[in-house]
Amino acid sequence: MIGLEHYLTVAAVMFVTGIFGLFLNRKNVIILLMSIELILLSVNINFVAFSSYMDDLAGQVFTLFVLTVAAAEAAIGLAILVCFFRNRGSIAVEDVNVMKG
Amino acid sequence: MDMSIQADLNVILPEIILAIFAMLALLGGVYTRKDGAAPLLVWMTGLLMVGLAAWIATSGEGTRIAFHGMFIDDGFARFAKVAILLSAAIVLVMSQDYMQRRGLLRFEFPILVTLATVGMMMMVSAGDLMALYMGLELQSLSLYVIAALRRDSVKSTEAGLKYFVLGALSSGMLLYGASLVYGYAGTTLFSGIIQTALQGEVSVGLLFGLIFLISGLAFKVSAVPFHMWTPDVYEGSPTPVTAYFATAPKLAAMGLFARMLFDAFGGAVGDWQQVIALLSLFSMFLGAVGAIGQWEFKRLMAYSSITHMGFALMGLAAGNAFGVQAMLIYMAIYVAMNVGTFAFILMMERDGVPITDIRALNMYARHEPAKALAMLVLLFSLAGVPPFLGFFGKLYVLRAAYEGGLVWLAVAGVIASVIAAFYYLRIVYYMYFGEEGEAMDTNSSPVLWGALMASAAVMLLGIVNMFGVEGAAAAAAATLVN
Repeated sequence: MIGLEHYLTVAAVMFVTGIFGLFLNRKNVIILLMSIELILLSVNINFVAFSSYMDDLAGQVFTLFVLTVAAAEAAIGLAILVCFFRNRGSIAVEDVNVMKG
Repeated sequence: MDMSIQADLNVILPEIILAIFAMLALLGGVYTRKDGAAPLLVWMTGLLMVGLAAWIATSGEGTRIAFHGMFIDDGFARFAKVAILLSAAIVLVMSQDYMQRRGLLRFEFPILVTLATVGMMMMVSAGDLMALYMGLELQSLSLYVIAALRRDSVKSTEAGLKYFVLGALSSGMLLYGASLVYGYAGTTLFSGIIQTALQGEVSVGLLFGLIFLISGLAFKVSAVPFHMWTPDVYEGSPTPVTAYFATAPKLAAMGLFARMLFDAFGGAVGDWQQVIALLSLFSMFLGAVGAIGQWEFKRLMAYSSITHMGFALMGLAAGNAFGVQAMLIYMAIYVAMNVGTFAFILMMERDGVPITDIRALNMYARHEPAKALAMLVLLFSLAGVPPFLGFFGKLYVLRAAYEGGLVWLAVAGVIASVIAAFYYLRIVYYMYFGEEGEAMDTNSSPVLWGALMASAAVMLLGIVNMFGVEGAAAAAAATLVN
């Protein structure tokens, strides 16, 4: 029987994968965008699992908001990335280094 | 219940007006495709924001709740909204001349600033995790875009990219916290969460959620250890955008921080007090030490803002109404100081090219004694030297920490402010005693001159009665903490 804790575990694994993807990835900015998406989707799993477990709709409404914002966020992220690529000619993470930091 | 939608809409009328204005301006801009109308739009937006601020300041007593508790319009929200609207309007108007002369003033800029401001007004009024998230994202998404406003510059687009990636990460952490809080408290309403927190023990799940929420918000106020985006984003963004980043969003994020900690977790002060105190301690010291080696004025202001956020968090860490009052006063003074300082940075240029190296200020006082004097007042105030207003802001938060039982934090704050004084005074040294170098001109628009002088005058005259901000902040804090 699959219970709440299984869903929460999957979500936690996805969340941690996303965080590690952001920090350990040295190759490509696109992978950063994928990691961000992974984090947001893990949150959605959490919300839906809790919502179904508690018989409370608020969590699913929250999920819809998160999905909408994630779409807008991806659009803006890609737009900025395109501008960056035009100026720098590369989207490698190690080339995002004009300013030290 | 069927009657209430009208009442609900009345409560969020200022936000609706601003949002509709932004959308109409967008339609107008897209259909006419005229960036030439942008200066007019900037001034209209500024006027509308000032008008709304005056309306919010004079209207409404007591607390009004809309949408079943999701949106709260109380004294605290009104105080924060007035400060946000005024600072956004001033920075917008200040940036007009600078951006126009450099061909940066597209009609999107005032629209994005307006939308970000609507998001900030939502943030300080949030009464629910959903409202919190939507307000925060409306603000953040607009800010990512204006950071990369100079599309043909590597620095600006890199700043946008860094801000976007780290901002999205912080939103993700905040959301993960929100999902845990929802699961363990059973509701997303702050009024429901505080009930759970008040009933006996706070469960481990709820505590984890709280920590994730705090981490997400610490990113937005650039508190250490979540500060790493600040120097790069401040340096890379166009200077007017940096000026905006340093004022209204900081205020809104601190407002949201206070709103969440007290409205949702006010029953568990002991659980978050130490975390906030540590964030405050690290921010104060890292900001103070990090700025010492900086020659780039905007980078220096980034570290300066990290230090100042540490002091503001010290007020929150006190965990009582006086602490919130101290935080509000501190933030109001901080914004007033930064408006003046950035007005000066916007003026700095050589042959029409903006410069931000502080070494260019060598012997500046000989050429422009009035502006140098105004800058001296502002820098002393930023450093917290008495008798300027910045000193009283620091005094308030130190007293709050002391009375809240965090004596060690207050002592650390005094030490950090002594370290931080070094780099402000170094700029003063350059202006008055530096070696004669290549001259720099700062003959700019009357708006910038007025903002610089007004801000310096506030730092001097404010010590009489703080223009009533003290009482207003006390009333605002009392509505949040009870």
